[in-house]
Amino acid sequence: MNIQELASEIPVEGEYSLEGIDFITNGEQYLTFLLAHEQYAVDILCVEEIRSWEKATKIPNSPEHVKGVINMRGVIVPIIDLRIKFTIGDSNYCDTTVVIVLSLEDEVDSKIIGFVVDAVSDVLNAESNEIKPAPSFGGCVPQNYIEGLVNVGDNVVTILNVAALQQIEPHKPE
Amino acid sequence: MSVDLSQFIPSFLEESFEGLELMESSLLNLEQGDDETINSIFRAAHSIKGGAGTFGFEKVTEFTHLVETLLDEMRDGRREIQQNDVELLLQSVDCMRLLIEGIRDEVECEDIKIDETSNLLAITLSNNSDASSIVEDNHGDQTSIENENENENEKSKWHIEFIPEHHLVQTGNDPLLLFSALTEFGELEVVANTKDLPSLTDIHSEELYLTWQLTLISSSVTEEDIREVFEWVEDECLLNIKQEKISENLPDQIVDNQNVSPSIQTKDNGNKSLECDLEVDVHSNNTSPVKTASQQNNDKPTVKAKPDVGSIRVGVDKVDSLINLVGELVITQSMLSELGNNFDLSKTERLTSGLEQLLQNTKELQESVMRIRMLPISFAFNRFPRLIHDMSLRTGKEIELILKGEQTELDKTVMEQIGDPLIHLVRNAADHGIESADIRVANGKPEKGTIILDAYHQGGNIVIEIIDDGGGIDRQAVFNKALEKGIIDENTTLSDSQIFDLIFEPGFSTAVEVSDISGRGVGMDVVKKNIQSLGGRIQVESQPNKGSTFKVYLPLTLAILDGQLVKVGTETYIIPLITIVESLQAKPELINRVSGDMILYRLREDNVPVIPICNLFNIEAECHEVENALLVVVEADGQKVGLMVDDLLAQQQVVIKSLKDNYQQVDGISGATILGDGSVAMILDVVGMIDMAMNNTDQIQLRRINKNNILEGVTL
Repeated sequence: MNIQELASEIPVEGEYSLEGIDFITNGEQYLTFLLAHEQYAVDILCVEEIRSWEKATKIPNSPEHVKGVINMRGVIVPIIDLRIKFTIGDSNYCDTTVVIVLSLEDEVDSKIIGFVVDAVSDVLNAESNEIKPAPSFGGCVPQNYIEGLVNVGDNVVTILNVAALQQIEPHKPE
Repeated sequence: MSVDLSQFIPSFLEESFEGLELMESSLLNLEQGDDETINSIFRAAHSIKGGAGTFGFEKVTEFTHLVETLLDEMRDGRREIQQNDVELLLQSVDCMRLLIEGIRDEVECEDIKIDETSNLLAITLSNNSDASSIVEDNHGDQTSIENENENENEKSKWHIEFIPEHHLVQTGNDPLLLFSALTEFGELEVVANTKDLPSLTDIHSEELYLTWQLTLISSSVTEEDIREVFEWVEDECLLNIKQEKISENLPDQIVDNQNVSPSIQTKDNGNKSLECDLEVDVHSNNTSPVKTASQQNNDKPTVKAKPDVGSIRVGVDKVDSLINLVGELVITQSMLSELGNNFDLSKTERLTSGLEQLLQNTKELQESVMRIRMLPISFAFNRFPRLIHDMSLRTGKEIELILKGEQTELDKTVMEQIGDPLIHLVRNAADHGIESADIRVANGKPEKGTIILDAYHQGGNIVIEIIDDGGGIDRQAVFNKALEKGIIDENTTLSDSQIFDLIFEPGFSTAVEVSDISGRGVGMDVVKKNIQSLGGRIQVESQPNKGSTFKVYLPLTLAILDGQLVKVGTETYIIPLITIVESLQAKPELINRVSGDMILYRLREDNVPVIPICNLFNIEAECHEVENALLVVVEADGQKVGLMVDDLLAQQQVVIKSLKDNYQQVDGISGATILGDGSVAMILDVVGMIDMAMNNTDQIQLRRINKNNILEGVTL
């Protein structure tokens, strides 16, 4: 048996695209989710966990999109409803309503915040050159929250900037 | 095998800081002839030096060495313990602390103070050796004190006859080391006498047969110094010491001491004092530490802030009790799980008792974990003797500090944060409280002022009292000042405690003169704020000419709080039990509405404003009418308010969780906690709620004024 012969049979990267292992990729991975019928995505490395919706404890005088705080294994996690924050769709809560808990660490500290979305859908691979800047007009989502757009088949997925999402708006005085 | 020494640095630092603290407190208690204290100071300095040497922190070693030398002289009784030496040593302790902090923060510590102090130390040390030589020789030159180099024409010649007993070397003494010790005083000529040497066959290989004639030429040495070198062998030898004066012009004796390196010296612990003298000579002769330090003085005086995780030393007994409790917990757990494996109703009783046991275990476990974080308050009190010492020097007042209840235990975090406010209060007491001696005498008080620091437990709180026997707070002066600042107006009538509370207003100082210690009017408000942020409060009592008492009430721990659970609408809130005065059902006849929309409740002779929580937090509540509603009367900042709630639930201890970690500070809320059912409940911040309520009223009034203006505009 010739070792070199065997070695040549070992698949080289990019030579075979084996089905089912397409998650081995150089590009970034994103978790996509639905707000109304639009697709959005966040960096998957920031996702701490995905929980079903549960009623949160209200924070006094908080803006409407802050639903309150929940207890996640001893950690107090605020819950923000992205649909209200971005005014997309109806903010009704049903069995499929989920909370994506994102954590983002920077040098100073880390924040863990849960975001209410209509549904999680998929994991998306995207090379950095596939991410296109968003057009700078229209839409309910403020520009600074958008990292870019990715085309997936016929659909467009908006990639959200986690750092911007983690910024908490101070309560407005009454 | 090489050992990574750096892993031991943290414990070196910790021990050094402890050593420094010990040095400081001992120095303050140091009295003449107190050998035990000075020994303990010396030991602390010595172990710092040793540690620093091991890790190669040369600056610390160098500096500590000077301190050690001075201490050694005191220890041996060669130096009187004088006040200014103690001051110098205290200052040195500060410098050592700076240096060691520099190591901790990994910055080059370049402080002019260190250079100055080491300079001072060197001068003091050389002073002494000169001074003693003056005493001994009786013809020392006064100018020579400053610099030994100028002292050369005052050399004296010592003849030393050293006849050891034969077994000297068997006791571990080496004459060579003794001689090399002598070379540090000056030039040494050694002549060995071999006349007693037996024939080779009779020589016992472990015996010493030589005797020596030594000639020492030195400027500063005294007979005592020389005798000290031989201190360890004096029982085993004959020693004759004679002195002969020589003048500078005599030709130098040829001394072959090259082969004796001073490094042998430093290893010889028995001759520490010599080693020290050597060091001083080196410093004053060629390389003064001041120079070397200032040469490096040109770069990076920046202070790097490093996050300090901190560590706690815990007594073994505490850990043992913790382990016991965990053992019990495990037993209870296994019992319960066995019960659960094949459970039927007949076993309900055992289940209940098991759960009870679990409850007991958990409670005890919680308590003993909390106790681990507890430290005796002496950690915070320890710095005050020094502070008072310095203050009395600076202000010229004699002040005695009495510490009480030092063993009272307090949470570490609270302790760390209460340090600064306490310092401020003590400073105030010393600076403003205690009058100067002549006034005190005129008022028939003892010349020496007294400040008492006391700590004790009271309920779930720790109370720290700062009591001074000074002049007390001048009620009228405070009142006038408050008038002047526009805090109150002339017609206000205030009770004593209300007046004393005025001193906590920002920018308030009644001190006639601003000193560098206090009196700038920044401070008391910060003190109050700091104490409040710890969940505590401060109270002032004062009597003219008798003194003032500041009482600081602090929660024992920041992590757990006793709370009253209340219900408003669908939400559960927790009111800290410490703030609650009483809970009551409002009687309609005691409710008054005043100035438009404010609700006042007559509580005995007080009128208490009522704050409906539902309005303040914009939530739904079952009960909107104050009539027959449940009121929880709370007190904060001396202000009582009635919080209107729907229902009173249980009282329980809750673990405080921060909202700030993942969200932000919320007005009126001090934190959150997790209740037994896993849900989150908010903990109310009473002070914050009162502020909110006040702001709300202000805004309502503003809006009303605006509305009126618009209306007027329309009619015009």
